[in-house]
This record gives sequence, C-alpha cells and structure tokens, in this order.
Amino acid sequence: MSSLKRFFLLFISASTIGCASIPAGSERSPSDPWESFNRSVFAFNEGLDDYLLKPITKGYRFILPKPAQQGIDNFFGNYRDIYTSANNLLQGNFSMAFSDLMRVVVNTIFGLGGFIDMATPGGLEKHKADFGQTFGVWGIPSGPYVVLPIFGPSSVRDTFGTAADLETDYLFRLLPDVALRNSLTALRVVNARNTYFEAGDLLEGAAIDKYTFTRDAYIQRRQYQIDQAKEGKEPPMPVYENQYQ
Amino acid sequence: MSFFVGQAYAQSAPDSNTPDGLIKIIVADVITSIKSDPEIQKGNIPRVVDLVEKKIVPHTDMRRTTQLAMGKNWSKASPEQQNQLIMEFKNLLIRTYSGALSQLRDQTVQYKPLRAAPGDTDVIVRTVVVGKADPIPLDYRLEKTNDGWKVYDINIMGAWLIEAYRNQFTNQISQNGVDGLIRFLQERNAMLAGKK
Repeated sequence: MSSLKRFFLLFISASTIGCASIPAGSERSPSDPWESFNRSVFAFNEGLDDYLLKPITKGYRFILPKPAQQGIDNFFGNYRDIYTSANNLLQGNFSMAFSDLMRVVVNTIFGLGGFIDMATPGGLEKHKADFGQTFGVWGIPSGPYVVLPIFGPSSVRDTFGTAADLETDYLFRLLPDVALRNSLTALRVVNARNTYFEAGDLLEGAAIDKYTFTRDAYIQRRQYQIDQAKEGKEPPMPVYENQYQ
Repeated sequence: MSFFVGQAYAQSAPDSNTPDGLIKIIVADVITSIKSDPEIQKGNIPRVVDLVEKKIVPHTDMRRTTQLAMGKNWSKASPEQQNQLIMEFKNLLIRTYSGALSQLRDQTVQYKPLRAAPGDTDVIVRTVVVGKADPIPLDYRLEKTNDGWKVYDINIMGAWLIEAYRNQFTNQISQNGVDGLIRFLQERNAMLAGKK
C-alpha cells in the first residue's frame, strides 16, 4: 500500500504541473472548480484503463467461465458486506445493518465462505454503503468534485471516505504471504472492473462528452445514495427550468 | 364464486391508467419478450431495438425529454432543428437502453410503493432491478397527458437522464452550435448502428 501512496503523491505533483485544458466554449460547472486538473487525471485514468485494466479484464473474461467470475465477485461482495453493515450502523440504519450482517453470516457459513450468494435468494437484499456516504448522511457537504488517479470520480468528502475505506480494509493486511496478498488485491481490482465491463461500453456510446457525463452522473448518484440512506426519506424530484414553453 | 374470483383479479392486476400500473405492464411485457427470445439472448441488438420501439417508445414523451435536456437552448433551435434533435436523441437513448436490456438474464424487478397524491400529474415510479450483481435502482418519471401517462425521464443508479445530458448539450452547443449537436448525434448513431 505504501508504494501506492508514494505513486499517488508522485502523480498528484506531476499532474498539477501539466494541467489539461478545458475545451473552449464549455460552460464551467460550479461543483467542479478544479476542472482542468480533474480533466488531466481523467485522461490519465482513461489511458490506464485502455492500455492496462480493460485488456487484462478482457483476458480474465475470456479465460474464466462465467460461474467462476460470479463466485469471485460474490466472495469480494461478501467481504464488502461487512463494511456495508458497519456503515449502515454508523448511519443509524439499524435494520439494514442487521440484515447485512446476517448476509455475511449466511454466505460465509452456507455459501462456502462467500463464493455463493445464498442470502439474496433467501430474501436478504444486498445493499451498498461506504464511508463517503456515511459522512454525507452525517451532514458533511461533498465539497468540489475531484477525479482521483486510479480510483476515478470523487469529491473532497468522498476522498476522505475512500481513505477511510482503505484504512479499515483489514482482510488482506492480515495475510502473512506478500505474494498472495498482492495477487488477491490484483484480482479484486480486475473483478471490480469486470462488474461494469458492459456498462462501461454503453457509457462510451451514450456520452457526448465522457468527462462531463461521468461527473454529472457521479454527483447526482452520490446525492441520491445519501438521500436514500436517510431512512424514510425519498430522494427529491429534480426541478428543471423551462418546464413548459 | 366467479364474482369473488373476478374481484380478486381486479385487485391484483395492474391498471394502465395509474403510473405504477403502466410501468408494471410495460416492464413485465418487455422482460417476458426478452427472456423468451433466443435471438436476443444471443445478443441480437437490432431485435431489442425493435422491441423497445414497439413496446416502450409509445409510452414516452421524447419531445419533453429533449426540451428539458436542452434547457435555455431549446428556444434557439428552429422547429425543424427541434424535430431533428428529438429524433436523434431518441435514437441514441433507444440504442443505449437496448444495450442494457439485452444483458437482462435472471434479474427481477421490484416495485417500491408509489408515493403520490391522487391528483398528482408528475410522479416517480421507483423500482430496483435485482439479480446476481449489485441491485440497480431504476426510476421512471411520468407525466399525465391527455393521451395517458408518459415517461419523460429515467433514473439509472441514482442519475437522472435529463440532468446527465444538460451540461453535455450546453457544452456541445456553445462549442459548435445547435447544428453541431445534431451532427454529433447523427454521427454517433450511425457509428453505433454500424457496430451492431
């Protein structure tokens, strides 16, 4: 992890020197004051994905049969459920926290350590919660939009959230074998990319400007997740100007 | 007995005159068609496009969707440009939506209780697509028109479609004008159609 942190710092210092230019004539978004920095990180991430992550994921999909991919995704999902449960607890959603904890118990014991998801068909719905969302539920504003190297779209609040997510990620740190730990981390990254493999291609086709599309969707999505997490509250309807001509 | 059965049926069958009833009917119809079509399961996208055009598009109001996504720029477009924009944006959305639909396998759709007053004419029907992967929230925003309820905005995983396109449209127009946006959409649609 420390080499990753070092890379992080190196990258941030490098990219502040070379900022990507904002396309002429494009309107500045109030939630994205660091757009030129963000665009350069975005371009870096896109390159990393095109030349490294996507080809590797393609190979992974070619080699591994679908059920095996599903099993691996279930395994990491089961591990994530522990953190979803903890975050739901921190957000005050006690019934959800309990149901998530039950998911982990059921899937670990009856689902071969998490490789089979027995809880979903059993009626325990899967949720997803992270520290960035928890901070949002607590009332901490998102702050400006930030694109993080490797991790992608984020905000100032969610960057702290991601840091907390990483800091509390104990499973692999307890493994004594460094090689095994590293391969598990690599597998986890490839699995994460695999979960949105098709969706990524769809987004590519649907976007007029991928940077703007990703940003606007991310900001909306996080707010929606936070609104949803506040129990009993429905995410509000967006209000558009020019309702009628 | 028959009276009893009839009433039980009336209670459980969705009513297309209500927004949630309409969505339930369309979604059930589309999912059944997709799951029973081996061609679609093999990844035949044009067939999904055909399905979407027949079963979903008649229940949408693409003029309103395009108009709201255009924002202030809508009035800068001539009626002819407006019609072109509606057509091209519609085709782009159909392509994207069809691509997503073609990946449906064993997912089921859950409906959240509708929160709307009886007189409301602008409502959101909230659903969740549940499958092996993470659950995907999928909401529909409908407006009551003289021609029944029409979908004019969709929320996928927390992002509203119109909201997600507004800035992209504005940017494209301020860089290349309304014609530039139309050209962009035309080229993109041609590219997507060629890729199949």
